Amino acid sequence: MKDIKEITAYLRAYDGPEIKLMEVCGTHTAAIFKNGIRSLISPKIRLISGPGCPVCVTPTAFIDKILEYAHMENHIVCSFGDMLKVPGTNGSISSLKGEGIHVMMMYSPFDVIDAATENPDKTYVVAAVGFETTAPTYALALEEAESRGLKNIRLVTALKTIIPALEWICESEESINGFICPGHVSTIIGSEVYKDLALKYKKPFVVAGFEAEHLLTVIYDIVRQIEAGGSRVDNLYTNAVRDTGNAKAQAIIDKFFTPGPAMWRGLGIIPGSGLYLRPEYAKYEGGSAGLNADMELPASCRCGEVIVGRINPNECPMFGTGCKPESPYGPCMVSAEGACGIWYRNR
Amino acid sequence: MEKITMAHGSGGKSGAELMARIFGKHFKNEILDKMEDAAVLEINGRIAFSTDTFVVTPTIFEGGDIGKLCICGTVNDLLMMGAVPKYLTCGFVLEEGLDVELLDKIVESMAATAKKAGVTIVAGDTKVVEGHGGLFINTTGIGIIPEGRDISASNCKTGDKLILSGTLGDHHACILSARMNVENNIKSDCAVLAPICNALFDGGIEVRTMRDVTRGGLGTILNEIARSSSVHINLEEESIPVSDEVSGFCGIMGLDPLYMGNEGKMIIVVPGEKAEKALELVRGTEEGKNAAIIGTVTEEKKASVTMTTRLGGSRIVDVLYGEGLPRIC
Repeated sequence: MKDIKEITAYLRAYDGPEIKLMEVCGTHTAAIFKNGIRSLISPKIRLISGPGCPVCVTPTAFIDKILEYAHMENHIVCSFGDMLKVPGTNGSISSLKGEGIHVMMMYSPFDVIDAATENPDKTYVVAAVGFETTAPTYALALEEAESRGLKNIRLVTALKTIIPALEWICESEESINGFICPGHVSTIIGSEVYKDLALKYKKPFVVAGFEAEHLLTVIYDIVRQIEAGGSRVDNLYTNAVRDTGNAKAQAIIDKFFTPGPAMWRGLGIIPGSGLYLRPEYAKYEGGSAGLNADMELPASCRCGEVIVGRINPNECPMFGTGCKPESPYGPCMVSAEGACGIWYRNR
Repeated sequence: MEKITMAHGSGGKSGAELMARIFGKHFKNEILDKMEDAAVLEINGRIAFSTDTFVVTPTIFEGGDIGKLCICGTVNDLLMMGAVPKYLTCGFVLEEGLDVELLDKIVESMAATAKKAGVTIVAGDTKVVEGHGGLFINTTGIGIIPEGRDISASNCKTGDKLILSGTLGDHHACILSARMNVENNIKSDCAVLAPICNALFDGGIEVRTMRDVTRGGLGTILNEIARSSSVHINLEEESIPVSDEVSGFCGIMGLDPLYMGNEGKMIIVVPGEKAEKALELVRGTEEGKNAAIIGTVTEEKKASVTMTTRLGGSRIVDVLYGEGLPRIC
């Protein structure tokens, strides 16, 4: 491997055809931003922020369902902190918190198991959101709920998987030349799972970690592949990601969940991209199916095009006027790690 | 175990006993002991006047407690204006069920911190409300600004240097760790910043701006300074001190130390040519031993903050948006 100075010099001097790379994971977007990676490479290498985090693509109907529970007597909604500001029809969890709704901020689904054990007269409704990285912890918590015989836990799931989403993006946007594959998700699903996509769409997929030098190395790897017409899957995050992933985590996901269609705000319904409780665990089901209705995005919102990199955030007519981090519409503005949010803070 | 009840807030006998037993014992001083409706103070010249309310949970944490915190917070705000802190008032809101022994401990900690800071607690009030055994404390303080001192967020000029008094994020990481039952060695940095201020003034440094780096973190506070002074500030990522443990914790939690709260750190802006001398003075204090020069005021065109990253890239440092994180102070 070349040293980082040579790599940076190469990427800065790059003057070939424009290259569009998509980083799918919000943590990568944040790392790229935090380390000023864009300022270190040629403007001809464009880094596009994909659908970002599972939270910001969560549709309105899901938030509404959660809030419905939060208003019910003896029901407590349990959510990770980052769900709090995602807008529902009548506001976000955070905007309604002052009105006496029952919300428990959880740091781990296991917090809920303990609370549910202590208070058997209350029902704990978990807003189960996340990618493959988070899904196993919900599954493990359910396993614990099973062993304790808890009857007062429900899951409303908006769990998502990354491969169907990548496939959808590859289908709908040809101009993306390569993908920076998510580091955390890949620790679970492995790197081999990207091979079919690489083969079918003839694009490089590179599994990446989060350190600055490492990200530059990943970008270099993809750029060199593109220049040479390559479409390999490279796993450059080998200290965390195995080719076949984490078999135990995959098994427990599979034990409790089964794939189904899922709604992604700004993209639409993607078949097979959601994870739902298997019928044998129906007693924990809080009504997750069919939560597809999404807020009607204003006609001028061009979120879907931003997500696939067809336009830059500032080309959307609502950018910074109707749509701001404090009052977001599209997922890319909702999340601090979304493309619009980042562009807004750099405007 | 004795608990606070509504009777303690009624103004009747139980309340009076509690006041005598806890507050009277720890806060003893000439002005307070008169038990008048208001403290009468002799003050000459310009004063700095500030208030802050403290709601942190847990009330006792590694490196401090809500008692120490509520003195440090208001005293530091006065210090940041170049004032010599003199008098404090404190208002307590106690929740029913609060352990009296815990209250005693917290009040004792307040008294000890006030003594160290050289301030006198001259008035106070206690109310009891329904709840779950918690407590909230407000402190309000007055400090006297010595003749000739002019410290303000609007004083920065091109060429000035920024000194950060120590590592970022310790308090915030400590409180979050406690709430999440994460075991580590991270301690709150909760401290009175007077030794640093005194070292600078005694050393004859012409200080332009001082700010304690509390809620919103360094990123937010520097943006406020940049706006007030209409200047551009550039930071050097490499020179910003963060302890290895806090850095690791932030990595796992997805937090950025630039936006984390501290309770014993300050940013000092001084003329460029005085920076090395000022740094030496700050480093000479226990509170400022890890201080570093972290940036420069570069031009007076656009009010903004940027950072040169470790790899030589450049990024904007914006204010903290949205909720921030759970209550930490």
